[in-house]
Amino acid sequence: MAVRTTFGSTPGSAWINEHRKWVLAAPALVFVGALVVIPIIYTVVLSLTDARGSILSEFSFIGLENYAAVLSDTARFWPAAWRTFAYTTVALSLQMSLGLAIALLLRRPFRGQGIVRVIILLPVVATPVAVGMMWQLILEPNIGVANHLLESIGLPRGSFLGSQSTALVTLAIIDAWQWTPMVTLILLAGLSTLPEEPDEAARVDGATAWQRFRFITFPLLRPTFFAALALRAVDALKSFDVLYAIKGPGGGSYHEAETLNIYAYSLNFSHNNYGIAATVLTLFVALTLALVTLLIFRRKEVRP
Amino acid sequence: MKRQTRFRNVAAAVSVAVLTAGVVGCSSGGGGSNRTLQVYMGNHGFTEQVQANIEAFEESTGIDVEISVYGEEQLSDQYTVQLNAGSDDIDVMMFRPLQEARLYWENGWLEDLEPHASTATDWDLSDFQPGPIDALTFDGALTSIPVSTERAVLYYRADLLAEQGIAVPTTFEELADAAAAIEAAHDDVVGYVARGNAHGAVPIFSAFLYSHGGDWVDAEGNAALDTPEAIAAYETYGGLLRDYGPSSGLADIQWDSAMALFTQGKAAFYIDADSLATNAIDPSSSTIVDSVAFAPLPAGPAGSRTFNIPNYALGISAYSSAKDEAWAFIEYFTSKESTKQFQLNAIPGARVSVWLDDEALAGFPPTLAAAIAESLDGVGRDRPAVARASEAREIVGRPLLTVLEAGDTAAAAQEANRAFQQLLDEVQD
Repeated sequence: MAVRTTFGSTPGSAWINEHRKWVLAAPALVFVGALVVIPIIYTVVLSLTDARGSILSEFSFIGLENYAAVLSDTARFWPAAWRTFAYTTVALSLQMSLGLAIALLLRRPFRGQGIVRVIILLPVVATPVAVGMMWQLILEPNIGVANHLLESIGLPRGSFLGSQSTALVTLAIIDAWQWTPMVTLILLAGLSTLPEEPDEAARVDGATAWQRFRFITFPLLRPTFFAALALRAVDALKSFDVLYAIKGPGGGSYHEAETLNIYAYSLNFSHNNYGIAATVLTLFVALTLALVTLLIFRRKEVRP
Repeated sequence: MKRQTRFRNVAAAVSVAVLTAGVVGCSSGGGGSNRTLQVYMGNHGFTEQVQANIEAFEESTGIDVEISVYGEEQLSDQYTVQLNAGSDDIDVMMFRPLQEARLYWENGWLEDLEPHASTATDWDLSDFQPGPIDALTFDGALTSIPVSTERAVLYYRADLLAEQGIAVPTTFEELADAAAAIEAAHDDVVGYVARGNAHGAVPIFSAFLYSHGGDWVDAEGNAALDTPEAIAAYETYGGLLRDYGPSSGLADIQWDSAMALFTQGKAAFYIDADSLATNAIDPSSSTIVDSVAFAPLPAGPAGSRTFNIPNYALGISAYSSAKDEAWAFIEYFTSKESTKQFQLNAIPGARVSVWLDDEALAGFPPTLAAAIAESLDGVGRDRPAVARASEAREIVGRPLLTVLEAGDTAAAAQEANRAFQQLLDEVQD
């Protein structure tokens, strides 16, 4: 008996079968279209208007006036852009280097490795708001545990989140604390796929551990490393929960923790200025896209 | 053949399940009078009282109520998101009148309560303090009903003062001296704490501003932040915190951190709103319940002039589909009986008759009752009266940071004045 390749013989089901690519992809397409594409287009459209107050009231198109205003705003926008860059750089360098180091340490199988992996994962599973509040209490300059401990071992008290100059770095460190385990996990997975022969051959040839890492392990690990880097870069750029939970709207009194994301939130919810907020967000998305594209193209370059 | 039949059966089963779910979902969501009243409230003592008494309301009116409680900022964010979408998920909304009433009214998000209020004779609109009601009336429309009021008072540690033999300070100079004396005598206690965050400190700072004879705007409505009185007020507020407050993290201190510091016994004096006093006298969170006492705001050159403002009000969303039930809720919880009952639980209300009642202040600790009694005649606003209140607060609060750093206050005040005037000009257009 010949194998039937079509289900049913009605015109409806025949049409579905012929266009099955689109039919099966339709739910995902609708989802992405409605929840991702349309909001982005709407945001870009809003950035060309002077909408504020209530979105249901009248607003008019003012072209690129908002962009001119935002790009020439040296009081809030450019400092926020600089802070976003600084925060992302510090957080990423910490996470990636620490994550890589820990992954290399945990690479060889050892007894209890399952438990260790679960324990180091704990910061990642905590919600960012809880993490933020926990660290805020610990680092509180006057009644927090951190200063208490520092004093008891004779070190000077720090102002951590309370000082304008150290707040952003402290926040980046907290971000690194939370996400290093995730980097470790991704890199561990990458390391486990690496062939052992090149490494053994190098060992036989007398290469030191550092030489083995630099010339064999890391080049082979590069694709995974850059995948983790791209993933964490986008997340760190968009970082909001911890910053907002600790510093509140506006990024603190001196706007010391105000990254682009926090600034846009403030514009939208405190100032109700939807036109300018949409402008900042559009510029921000463009920036993030540019960075990720850079990272992806870099990866392609060095593929062996 | 078998594969085809199984596929058809599974597809049929799935579609039946989906349709059923859809039908069930539709029927439980619809319905007019069976609908639950959605009430959004802020994190405040008043909300706790409402929650404690909600069953009585539900029984007497037959209206089911669902209360959602949020922190101040999150509550505002909820309104921004939902009311921009014209959602009918909000019926009764609790908000901060001086921060948001004008903005929400101009956005068209609030229902005019005048028709309801003027016909509710037993409930008696005229019994409310005129100041708050005026602040909530725009173009003849009553936008919301004030539910609690607050004034700035001085919280202090009676035990520490008695130890040093110091009398309760009545002026800012006396306060500075007392704070210095107590701080000198104790290693782990700072003399004074107050809000240091530029945005959060503005309401409390307003009391300092008025007590120095200043105001946000002058008689013509122009910005008045660079007057000698305003500069003196900035210096007093910031100076006290800088000289006698915690050693670091000043610009981060919001009311909850300041309250935490005070209730953990780490500060001798604390100036903040009296409506927050429940935090200091609650044994479950305060270690100084037996030694905390209250006094009226110390006097500046122009006397002791605090604000007396409605810190929260209840309104009805313009998009609500249950406006009559929403009014029933508001009428019940702002009635004379409710207000009096809440006041006996230390929630200062906005009704004149309840304040004049002999038992009115029985719910407050004695020193707090006395402090409140002397502060009733306050200014009706604690921040600039513009729709763009949040931006205004950021601008007028900035000079405080300069004082905390011991910088050039006059220059900062002039810069803030320029920015504030620009905001006022923009709003006029």
